[in-house]
Amino acid sequence: MARRDFSASRIPGFATVAVLVFAALYLPIMMLVIYSFNSGDSIAIWEGFSFKWYPVAWNNEQVREVTFRSLTIATVASVIATTVATMAALGTTRRRGTKGQTFIYVMINQPLMVPEIVTAVALLIFFASIKVATGYQGLGYLITAHAAFCIPFAYLPIRARLEGMDRTLEIAAADLYATPWQAFRHVTLPLLMPGIAAGLMLAFVTSLDDVVITLFVKSAGQDTLPTYMLAQIRRSVSAEVNAISTLLLLLTVILLTAFFLLTRKRD
Amino acid sequence: MAQDDAIEARSSRKVYGTGPEAVVALDDVSIAIRKGEFFTLLGPSGCGKTTLLRMIAGFETPTAGQILLNGRDITDAPPNLRPVNTVFQSYALFPHLSVRRNVGFGLQMLGRPASEIDQKVERALAMVRLGEMADRKPTQLSGGQQQRVALARALAPSPEVLLLDEPLSALDLKLRKEMQSELKRLQHELGITFIFVTHDQEEALTMSDRIGVMSAGRLLQVGSPREIYNHPVNRFVADFIGETNFLPAEVSGGVATIAGGIAIPVDAGSPEGAHTIAIRPEHVRILPQDAGAAMRGTIAETTYFGTDSHVRLRLDGGADLVARYQSDTAGGEAPPTGAEVGVSFTPGAVQVLED
Amino acid sequence: MSAREDGQARRDARNTWLLSAPALFILTFAAAGPLLIMLVYSFLTPGDYGNVVWKFSTDAWVGTVLSKDIFDGTYSLADAHLTIFWRSVKLSLITTFFTFIVGFPTAWIIATRSPRMRTALLFLITIPFWTNLLIRTFAINQIIRNEGLLNTFLLYLGVIDEPLLIIYSDFAVFLGMTYVYLPLMVLPLFAAIDRFDMRLIEAAYDLYASRWQVLRRVILPIVRPGIVAGSILVFIPALGAYVTPRILGGGRNMMIGNFIELQFGQGRNWPLGAALSVLLLVIVAVALVFYVRITSRESSNG
Repeated sequence: MARRDFSASRIPGFATVAVLVFAALYLPIMMLVIYSFNSGDSIAIWEGFSFKWYPVAWNNEQVREVTFRSLTIATVASVIATTVATMAALGTTRRRGTKGQTFIYVMINQPLMVPEIVTAVALLIFFASIKVATGYQGLGYLITAHAAFCIPFAYLPIRARLEGMDRTLEIAAADLYATPWQAFRHVTLPLLMPGIAAGLMLAFVTSLDDVVITLFVKSAGQDTLPTYMLAQIRRSVSAEVNAISTLLLLLTVILLTAFFLLTRKRD
Repeated sequence: MAQDDAIEARSSRKVYGTGPEAVVALDDVSIAIRKGEFFTLLGPSGCGKTTLLRMIAGFETPTAGQILLNGRDITDAPPNLRPVNTVFQSYALFPHLSVRRNVGFGLQMLGRPASEIDQKVERALAMVRLGEMADRKPTQLSGGQQQRVALARALAPSPEVLLLDEPLSALDLKLRKEMQSELKRLQHELGITFIFVTHDQEEALTMSDRIGVMSAGRLLQVGSPREIYNHPVNRFVADFIGETNFLPAEVSGGVATIAGGIAIPVDAGSPEGAHTIAIRPEHVRILPQDAGAAMRGTIAETTYFGTDSHVRLRLDGGADLVARYQSDTAGGEAPPTGAEVGVSFTPGAVQVLED
Repeated sequence: MSAREDGQARRDARNTWLLSAPALFILTFAAAGPLLIMLVYSFLTPGDYGNVVWKFSTDAWVGTVLSKDIFDGTYSLADAHLTIFWRSVKLSLITTFFTFIVGFPTAWIIATRSPRMRTALLFLITIPFWTNLLIRTFAINQIIRNEGLLNTFLLYLGVIDEPLLIIYSDFAVFLGMTYVYLPLMVLPLFAAIDRFDMRLIEAAYDLYASRWQVLRRVILPIVRPGIVAGSILVFIPALGAYVTPRILGGGRNMMIGNFIELQFGQGRNWPLGAALSVLLLVIVAVALVFYVRITSRESSNG
């Protein structure tokens, strides 16, 4: 048997814990995915492989409706959040000593610090009065609320990208006769694009995942996929929810992989 | 002002911060750089040379003073309206654009027709011998190649003045030597004014028509490499450029008297009184003990450097000196430690410093 | 400063505000601003069918900890409320502690792998982190419920005769929260360990430290900012958890989040719900201040 080299960073038992943690992290999700292919209705007894729950979910009028609503909200909210977050990142990064920087920074990150339930309650109270005052009951409330809590998720990768960007490149553009707008258009924006795409993706996933704020802000008949699923889970569970979860999981993995590839540092 | 000045800085001053934390980066510097010359700003890091360069490029706004280009006040012009281009220390090549697009960037921003851009890019790339690399991305090039692209990019729009901010500092010694002669050749061919910033005194001496030595935000001396080397105005310049022996002396009537009462003839116009005199190691000659030299000394230490040896010796009066001993020409080896020798200085090589 | 430099600084400041304005507007309108309105509501009187009557009252604040006897008007400690507070704090602390106990070795292992492996493992930690919280909680629910995988499996093996009653208990909530918040502990721990200079361990061994001493005297003190950050990141959402206790705790094992919701549903006591939310926010703020003080002391020492 080969003798193991002395390794300072090796601590006995840590590897075992790590393996167990990864197993525990993935086992429940794996089971969820596997049982979405169960031909029976049970979530515990395997009755054979089948795709039947996917068409069942798809043919459910309500599932289609809430999925479409979720995607609409997530798309509009993440585009709004990313747009304003990009502007804010350009405004706050690399400008030293401007008064109010800390205030802006705290405001932008505020949704990350306040528990979701608190924001949800505050929005319920505030929007209830607006609903009474204006009579408007549409998706605007959900979109605004989602855009707000998506801003920090869009802001962080964009800001990180901007901070990692070599400021000299913009100076070089100005030196080579670019006006400030040309420098932004031809140098800053193209270099910032991976950050913006990453921010958009995180904002989209965040919006798509939200349960609590949506639950409190939505008007009657405005269920999104997560609030619909929450209601389903409380009733009797069928493998239909597994099928929906699996698809949502797949979407998340695809978006995250794209995010990872976008933000990966290249040599 | 003279008609043939490309760039003139008039009592330019730059202060960062305010109040007690204020840092003076540039302290009332006035300088005139002639058309078509290779001018080097030389000094240690933090001396203000880069600040001055950035001010000429338009990246820094002077706290006070003016910058003139061909006699025109450009102090308030933004960088994109100055016919001046920079080769950056980090090269600052746009990583998302090909070499061709990088080099054509300036012309594109100026709104030149595509045919003209193509033609000038070709020419600029040919000039730095990178024609075949045109379609690569900067990250696919070696450091030396990137540096040439940066040079081509800055030259393509035919600027009136080219600014070079320590462009060779990231290259290894061999490549640096190559680029030095290449830069010199280009400057000669194009006839453009080059303003070159470096902290490397050897680079400054070999490349420049004139050198401006800076320290602590001040311009200490402007002159040809020869003037700067042979007639440094003060101790800082003498010390920063090349190696120098400094000896305290009492100067009177063309004679400097150093420790031990040894009298050394100096320039008749030298300032009188207590001063420091400077003598370069290559002007200290070591002679056999019996050669009848005016001074005598003892060898303290000899360090072998290949082409020559550095010899530390102590004069009989008590002063310490470093001499350079050519390995070949003097025939044989430097005298051993402890040997008694005669010492003489090359006539006219002793300089009396103002401070 | 010259007039020119002054103008430049002013332009910079103006741009900062102009560019940030749209984001600040949305955040004020749909995040920060409503918090202030909520504070106002906590001092109003509940309406009969939800919402509020615009009449000043401190009843909601008193009601957070005391309950008023409807017959003789005397006050006594509201046991039900206190139980819920206590459960929330207890479960959040235990969850934080346990995520640290299993999260630290995990983060350590990730940080000490080869760069390639490290990227892969980090990605594996990140996927659950971004996976819908609902789905993850649901996955746990499927495993531990009475007719779930675990019980079915154990019954099949004959280890047990009756299903284990795990779900709808405090333990189930703890299990679920540990599962869903674990990545929030691992990621900051990884960041701290990643910056840790492994040569320090060699130096400590060289100076006769035992393995345990190396861990306690060298590693843990240095990665402390990561431990604090991870703890805050787990503790805050755990304290305000809503989905996990709802799915795994059932109706009886409520936490503050579910209790707050109740006031806007069947409870029809919006001011009490608002007061409880403000209270939760204050606890979180205290935790954050604690965090900032610890980390700033850390950086000024460094």
